[in-house]
Amino acid sequence: MSNQPLLELKNLRTSFRINNNYYAAVDDVTLTIKENEVVAIVGESGCGKSALALSIMGLHPQGRTKLEGNVNFNGKNLLSLTTSEMNKIRGKDIGMIFQDPLTALNPLMTCGRQIEESMTYHTNLSSGKKKQKALELLKKVGIPNPERTYKQFPHELSGGMRQRVVIAIAIACEPSLVIADEPTTALDVTIQAQIMDLLKDLQRQMKTGIILITHDLGVVAEMADRVAVMYAGEIVELADVKTLFKNPLHPYTRSLLNSIPSTASEKDRLHVIKGIVPSLQNLPREGCRFKERIDWIDDHNHEEHPILREVEANHYVRCTCYNHFHFPEEIGDSKYVVS
Amino acid sequence: MIKFILRRFVVMIPQLIILSVLIFALAKAMPGDALTGQLASNPKMDAQTLHELKQKLGLLDPPYKQYLHWAGGLLHGDMGMSVIHQVPVTQLLAGRMENTLILSLAILILSYMIAIPLGIVGGRWTDSWADKMVVGYNYLTFATPLFIFALIMLFIFGFVLNWFPTSGSVDIRVEDGTFSYYMSKLNHLILPALSGAIVNTTVTIQYLRNEIIDTKIKDFVKTARAKGVNESKVYTQHILRNSFLPIAAFLGYEIVYLIGGSVFLETIYGYPGIGQLFIASISQRDFSVVTALVMISGLATLIGTLLSDIILSAVDPRIRIE
Repeated sequence: MSNQPLLELKNLRTSFRINNNYYAAVDDVTLTIKENEVVAIVGESGCGKSALALSIMGLHPQGRTKLEGNVNFNGKNLLSLTTSEMNKIRGKDIGMIFQDPLTALNPLMTCGRQIEESMTYHTNLSSGKKKQKALELLKKVGIPNPERTYKQFPHELSGGMRQRVVIAIAIACEPSLVIADEPTTALDVTIQAQIMDLLKDLQRQMKTGIILITHDLGVVAEMADRVAVMYAGEIVELADVKTLFKNPLHPYTRSLLNSIPSTASEKDRLHVIKGIVPSLQNLPREGCRFKERIDWIDDHNHEEHPILREVEANHYVRCTCYNHFHFPEEIGDSKYVVS
Repeated sequence: MIKFILRRFVVMIPQLIILSVLIFALAKAMPGDALTGQLASNPKMDAQTLHELKQKLGLLDPPYKQYLHWAGGLLHGDMGMSVIHQVPVTQLLAGRMENTLILSLAILILSYMIAIPLGIVGGRWTDSWADKMVVGYNYLTFATPLFIFALIMLFIFGFVLNWFPTSGSVDIRVEDGTFSYYMSKLNHLILPALSGAIVNTTVTIQYLRNEIIDTKIKDFVKTARAKGVNESKVYTQHILRNSFLPIAAFLGYEIVYLIGGSVFLETIYGYPGIGQLFIASISQRDFSVVTALVMISGLATLIGTLLSDIILSAVDPRIRIE
């Protein structure tokens, strides 16, 4: 891992228009991804993880989305680029892996053509060369019979195989950054492990930076170098993976970790975080956004204007409430063990 | 594929038999027969002659015998004689069928030429002023009955402006097969085809527009954009191809629908096709013609369904016919 920053998000704010008002789904996110680094972004559904990913790619529907701040990549602010300038970066320098392989592929196009498509737009390869490269890619992502899959349509493949094709598409032009938006959520557990292994191998071989969006903390522990925990559009805790699992500080991080079922635990009830992530329109815009879900903690323990503060070297936490946080007794605290 | 088509044709046989029985029964259930009118209008006709005539035509045979006679003829391509026109039905239909097919085809092509661009504009730029005009146009054509619209077109472009002929399919003064013959045919075709096409665009526009709106938010479109595919290619390569599926599937039915639906157009424009003949034959109780026409449109429906299935399997790899 080198220390060159690959992608820098500075005060990124992504707002969506609902009934003529803009609501920020990603609020003031500052984050740096270094070359060849895997940064995981975790949080429940509705915390703004996918919105963040699509903001980097500029794939939000134009007209009803407002993007503010900076997304610096290769010395350019991606937010200031035009669509056609952005098209030269998408697929070439930044690849994206989507959540649901069943819907992420065009049903009317063969897998081979879908892989070749990004090469068509970013390289001058002849069609023979493109085919050769597509076959190599299919082999690289672990497709047993590349020649056959090349000619197959997505519906002829299983979910795991389709996700491999999606990955092949994302890495077709050897991007320096890959954004994986919950790449295993739609797959069953055994396939999840295979896909994660594949991503790990590819990352090592190709030295790409990866933004891994997930709510599976097991996946995070296995793959990530650093972890950003997002809640309600904000990063609430940011640390390298070992620190985060050994010494989680923010109540939200601790609650998430505590919610992982463990066979070692003797408790017979699963810990659930109280309440739900507030919807975009009802999001508290002031104070600690997690306050409502840990209402047994006194109000004065929260900051009025919580900021992401470096509490130890490279370990950032938002709001001071972590100093006073404890689980209610009936729940207790179970430590997650990093394997 | 060939097996599938053959099997479908085999299934058609019982369908056609049932259809022929129904048609025959309905035709027989209509009051009067081809001779009823003759009795009133011809003073020389007495009851005795009428009875003899009926016997000669087989109208007094038991119904099943009449049916077998008729159905047997059908198998040999003999649809009987038209009592009114005194020529074999097949001969009567041949020329008119050609006219109707030309008109239907013209309507189909014209309506796609209008509907596809409008549907794409509406679907791609949803809620823009252009889309609002497309939707407005669609409401208008949907609400306008064909016979009223055709009459208005005929009045404006035929009578008032005198741009197009108001009846017939070709000028009788031109010689068959010459260049001016074809030009005259085209000239006679434009007005009925255009009015039919405009009213016929509604369904295609609506389908296409909705389909594009549905498709453009699909995940694979996002994948395409994430590959760096430019916007116009995202539409041509990904969104439109998927959005055309229901329209392609509808094509087979559309053809059949148009052949059956030309009744109004042909009657209003005095266009000698089978639609016009159908209306005339019903009012003249020319049963052999009516039954033949219903039989033909029944057969066309069955073939149209098959055609739709074949088209869909050709354009959508997920649907495979074996």
